[in-house]
Amino acid sequence: MTTDTTTDVLGASIKRREDPRFITGEGNYLDDIKLASMAHAAILRSPYAHARIRSIDTSAAKAMPGVLLVLTGADIPYNPLPMAWPAGGAAGIQNNVNTPRALATDDVKWTGEGVAAVIADTPAQAVDALEAIEVDWEPLPTVVDAEKATQPGAPQLHENAPNNVVFEWNVGDKEGTDTAIEGAEVVVRQRVVNQRLIPNPMETRGDIGWYNPGTDEYTVWMSSQTPHIQRLLLAAFVTGIPEHKIRVISPDIGGAFGSKIFTYADMPIVMLASKLTGGRPVKWVEGRRENYQSTIHGRDHITYLEIAGTRDGEVTGLRVRTYANLGGRLSTIGPGIPTTLYGRILFGCYRIPNVYCEVTGVYTNTTFVDAYRGAGRPEATYVIERAMDLFAAEIGMDRAEVRRRNFIPPDAFPYDQPSGLLTAVNGSKIYVDSGNYEPAMDKALAAVEYKGHEARRAEARTRGKLLGLGMSTYIEVCGVAPSKWIGAVGEGWGAAMWESSNIKIHLTGKVVVTMGTQPQGQGHETTYSQIIAHELGVPLDDIVIQHSDTLGTPFGYGSYGSRTSNVGSHAAIKAAAKVKDKARRYAAHMLEASADDIEIDGANYRVKGSPDKVKTLQEIAFALDLAFDAPEGMEPYLDETAYYDTTNCTFPFGTHVAVVEIDEETGEVELVRYLAVDDVGNKINPMIVAGQLHGGIAQGVGQALWEGAIYGEDGQLLSGSMLDYAIPRASWFPPLELDETVTPTDVNPLGVKGVGEAGTIASTAATANAVIDALSPLGVRHLDMPHTPQTVWRAIQAAKGGRA
Amino acid sequence: MTQPIALVVNGQRRELQVEPRRLLVQVIREELDLTGTHVGCDTSQCGACTVHVDGRAIKSCTMLAVQADGCTVRTIEDMQDGDTLHPLQTAFWEKHGLQCGFCTPGMIMAAADLLEHNQEPTDDEIRHAIEGNFCRCTGYHNIVAAIREAAATSRAGAAKPVTAGT
Repeated sequence: MTTDTTTDVLGASIKRREDPRFITGEGNYLDDIKLASMAHAAILRSPYAHARIRSIDTSAAKAMPGVLLVLTGADIPYNPLPMAWPAGGAAGIQNNVNTPRALATDDVKWTGEGVAAVIADTPAQAVDALEAIEVDWEPLPTVVDAEKATQPGAPQLHENAPNNVVFEWNVGDKEGTDTAIEGAEVVVRQRVVNQRLIPNPMETRGDIGWYNPGTDEYTVWMSSQTPHIQRLLLAAFVTGIPEHKIRVISPDIGGAFGSKIFTYADMPIVMLASKLTGGRPVKWVEGRRENYQSTIHGRDHITYLEIAGTRDGEVTGLRVRTYANLGGRLSTIGPGIPTTLYGRILFGCYRIPNVYCEVTGVYTNTTFVDAYRGAGRPEATYVIERAMDLFAAEIGMDRAEVRRRNFIPPDAFPYDQPSGLLTAVNGSKIYVDSGNYEPAMDKALAAVEYKGHEARRAEARTRGKLLGLGMSTYIEVCGVAPSKWIGAVGEGWGAAMWESSNIKIHLTGKVVVTMGTQPQGQGHETTYSQIIAHELGVPLDDIVIQHSDTLGTPFGYGSYGSRTSNVGSHAAIKAAAKVKDKARRYAAHMLEASADDIEIDGANYRVKGSPDKVKTLQEIAFALDLAFDAPEGMEPYLDETAYYDTTNCTFPFGTHVAVVEIDEETGEVELVRYLAVDDVGNKINPMIVAGQLHGGIAQGVGQALWEGAIYGEDGQLLSGSMLDYAIPRASWFPPLELDETVTPTDVNPLGVKGVGEAGTIASTAATANAVIDALSPLGVRHLDMPHTPQTVWRAIQAAKGGRA
Repeated sequence: MTQPIALVVNGQRRELQVEPRRLLVQVIREELDLTGTHVGCDTSQCGACTVHVDGRAIKSCTMLAVQADGCTVRTIEDMQDGDTLHPLQTAFWEKHGLQCGFCTPGMIMAAADLLEHNQEPTDDEIRHAIEGNFCRCTGYHNIVAAIREAAATSRAGAAKPVTAGT
């Protein structure tokens, strides 16, 4: 056992503190938890995408071996699941809300909606008994395409949502944009589809509910990014069980990417089942095919974009109309994603004077759609980055040059988007905090030798290959969000606001830091330790980072939206400042000096000018925690809690470049090079930052080239397993090349901006643009994703005048 | 209805009564409490359940437990030697070859099989060897780097002992 006594580790690529348990098989994921007398739940899911439930006969299932309980919707005394982030922030927006119940009662709206649950002694017995449940279905007509669902004559899903419309939302300057487009020298119009994705964390979801009859309290273990929020929502909106009677614990999480933010039907089921079985813990673990149907999907936009400008490359207007498919019922923050997190950042990194966006949220007979890594921002980036390429092609100007001419200049920050995209209807606004876009682009273009691209294209053609280079000069929005702003754009709701931290220094000098955020692989136990070691001058080995358990911890919003480093970290820094302040005051008492005369050097609290008069933080903690000699009015113990609300979001940026080669005969696309120059501000641990970028890039490239959820017209999910949905594999990637520029934000003291989603946000557009660039010599101007061999081959054939 | 099986798991002989329909991975996780081997899918795509059976990496969801009767099984829990990590474990840690950690045990077991048969794999060979193992966090970049590093340290035979727990 080695001891790490290093304290100055902020900004260093230290190895992760959580890794030993994961590399040795000692991680503790939801399905690894075994409790005494634990029973197991399985859920019967609808085979129809739209159907009325005439009746359900559970009598045979109830008689099966080991079966303890069979539940249907009629047995669930709870409310439907909550919808906690409506489309808002503009005048007169109405949200027509329908959310799932724990189990459907009258009808189902997508294949996979739960209709009954079996609780049995073993998982196999529970699954066996599902087969004995008889449901009398009345199938109804289906619609799976968001645009078609709004047309006259389309099957109607919900009485309170005419034409299947969830909301009609808009943002920006309609009049100014209409005028700019009408009077423009050049207008380019394109329909673009951002296809539906399935998040696919390697660990599926799961929960264990345990009702303690002795205390009338519930403990729920769940694979969730948001344990505190789930306790709140399950208590206040679903079960009616008082919040203080529910404890939620998130064990190790095997990836999430947004899909584990939300309230799901299985959570109240395991709670109720435990109560009805007299307090046996009830475990439910999602199968992968179940995950494909019953955990949220991402993206799924149909967009009509219009970009206008001058022949010399100035973009003067952007008008966007989007149909956002939200599924059969709404997930927890479904409407917030294609509105606040999409429409409001459509301007990208460009100084476009007139922007206007309309979004129609739509119900269809598909799995609900919510936040998947990037959540709205990849969709927006795809729209604007495709638009910039289309505009450049139309006026015959170099793509990089068009971008350069329209970048928000470095002296324009903080930047107030002039069409009001970042402004709520009540006037509450945020700014693009910082940026310097040209150096990042120049660095990326130099690294890929952009100037030699046409020569390389010609060389590739001699080998039967179509070479393409695509770029994406993106911005991300992190640190969501200042509470006042998110409340205003979310109509009093909204996801992610302030964050919390508690720091205790115990008698032995060991430091326990409790965070409201919730890791899913990002290495929080390492990065928070680095920050606290730096702030308090305490060795890493003396610090433990706790999270994930609502018992005795301050409320926190959890981790999503790239908010942990920029919001969570500053809650920890604020709590450390309070600890230091109290320690300074007590050191002054111990050293018989004035607090103003105590200077802090790491863990040493010293009287200025008297180097021998010093107490360490550990000595101070020992004395103050015992409090035998505490001064009048000073409370015992070094134990401080802080809540941090950011003043603004942060906007990382950069330029990603993808190079692809397409086999002209087969249409197969090979990613031959990928280079990213990202500016995420300062870094707490550069190794972890690089890892976040690698993974994000792979997911975004996955969307561009391979991934896509496919529904049949009847609402059957055809890409319903890992056999059918193309998860990217190791052999499909070249090494990923990373570089950086560093433009710290002044929104927060660390100058960090966030990085969890940047890779995904940038890479889809860069890769798709590369494919279309490769096809451009054939006259192809746009092609929808994913760019599979079939899609590309058809495009090649069509361009050559053949049959496709 | 159950059937008796006997197998050697991580060096220990284990005798069990199992239902014939039980998968090897279910028995490893649920009967033997070796939860380092994970289940990530239900179609034998993801590789999270990769273990060694008679010295070769297999997906333990593709094998019935009764088929493993008489076999020798090695799981991630047996990869370290006391406090000394296996070179692959060290390299995954050093090179940041994992994030959420869920695919990691299967990935390490697949890579161990590769290095057993190819002491100096190229990056291409590494990428093909782990094609049956999905990772959604890392983009595989640092996993490839970690396996390359482990191959080098194994060749050098100079993998300095690294202890778990720090």
